[in-house]
Amino acid sequence: MKSDGVIIVGAGQAGFQVASSLRMAGYEEPIALIGDEPNLPYQRPPLSKGFMVGKQDIEGTALRPLAFYQSHRIDLLTGAKVTEIDRASRSVRLASLRHLPYEALVLAIGSRNRKLAVKGSELDGVCYLRTDAEAVDIQQRLEPARDIVVVGGGFIGLELAAAARTLGKSVRVLEVQSRLMPRVVSPILSDFYRHVHNSQGVEISLGVALSEIAGHQGKVSEVVLSDGSVYPADLVLVGIGVVPNIELARDAGLSVSNGIVVDERLRTEDESIYAIGDCADHPNPFAAGRVRIESVQNAVDQAKCVAASIVGRTESYRAVPWFWTDQFDIKLQMAGLSTGCGHVVTRGEPESRKFSVFYFRDGRLAAVDSVNRPGDHLAARKLIATGTLITPQQAADPSVDLNAIR
Amino acid sequence: MSLFGKKQKETASLTYISFAGDTRQVSVPIGDSVMEGAIKNEIDGIVAECGGACQCATCHVYVDEAFLGLLNPIQEDEDQMLNTTASERRPNSRLGCQIPVTKELDGLIVTTPPTQQ
Repeated sequence: MKSDGVIIVGAGQAGFQVASSLRMAGYEEPIALIGDEPNLPYQRPPLSKGFMVGKQDIEGTALRPLAFYQSHRIDLLTGAKVTEIDRASRSVRLASLRHLPYEALVLAIGSRNRKLAVKGSELDGVCYLRTDAEAVDIQQRLEPARDIVVVGGGFIGLELAAAARTLGKSVRVLEVQSRLMPRVVSPILSDFYRHVHNSQGVEISLGVALSEIAGHQGKVSEVVLSDGSVYPADLVLVGIGVVPNIELARDAGLSVSNGIVVDERLRTEDESIYAIGDCADHPNPFAAGRVRIESVQNAVDQAKCVAASIVGRTESYRAVPWFWTDQFDIKLQMAGLSTGCGHVVTRGEPESRKFSVFYFRDGRLAAVDSVNRPGDHLAARKLIATGTLITPQQAADPSVDLNAIR
Repeated sequence: MSLFGKKQKETASLTYISFAGDTRQVSVPIGDSVMEGAIKNEIDGIVAECGGACQCATCHVYVDEAFLGLLNPIQEDEDQMLNTTASERRPNSRLGCQIPVTKELDGLIVTTPPTQQ
């Protein structure tokens, strides 16, 4: 009997990679890739970077041309929403009421932007970035705008701030914590990035919350902060984190926590259902416990792991997490997870704009953040993957060749 | 704005030779990178983990010597990434994502290394 094949819900980076890796592994059964966005699967990272400053066109973000899906017999359903999983009959129901049966189901349903809750949040000119359509909208709004307020000093907020400033706009970033990117990097890097943005003319307000967005004729005109200060704004760009899409799994009776709960093989408690990417709460050998990771690397590597499982080469997920952000001419590359690391040493001088920060957890190297030192980054990925012992003294000494440590 | 409605662009002919010697000749739109030309034509031997952001050094290629003078110069970040490639760096090593295809590069030949990771 012919298999019902694999249904992949979510056609982002993770969903696309499952389909692609399955075919590369010789999987012959049907594959359906179902996404609720209208366009071909595309890369999101350029949206807040190259695309925003006109270096890359939106068509160039497509992961593959349409012909790829046809030649690989991947049934790509765009603009389609899965509303329900029926685990008993192993099928999903679409908003169109169509039922599709599966042998294995992969939930790659991602996350959605956390929304502002302050007065004025509904005004025209308050924008969020996740999709290509939103990127195009923001780019069009940026052109005539003068004063840009960015809410959130994380990756997305700072990348958008850098892009808007590069386009010559007046830019102010609001961060409620006392430093930039507080969730992901050490204070050394937070300070470095504050200097970088300030030197480029970006204003930064730290330790203040947005109290209200004021408008004129339905359109944003200024922002009011918790300390009473008021700044003009033609456009408010919000990057205050994401919320994982867990509802589909929860409604099917699967465990959810900080995401859809999966084991080390990325399976939910239902053996035929996997969850990967932004939405997956998984045990990660490079974290101090379970984590949910929002990155291209995590999406791609988890997809490859699940594709391998489906074709019978079951393996545990154990890829080293890595991330990057481009702001102005500064390349920050992060390897490993620095959460819970008490001991930090620096290699190179921040003043030189080329340095790395090494994070140690329980005496072992857990993460490395590299600024304009890609060599350190790739060496760090190997050191962390292999669990090679390296002392803080070795890490801090630029004369020690990181590739030579065994 | 639909990604399905991508308009036809001018192209250049590129040849990718695998380390084992398999040769593929494909048409790549002007403006796409050498890496994109490989990915979109499913040419093995180029991984492009990061999707073209000069972050991973997995689109390493050896460029045919005859074309070296026609390439855009190597920027500092590419230079540093090239020092970290999985296969040995040679004088004609480049990252495919950092070479935009131009009319002048019509006929370009690149060889992919034995491994990218």
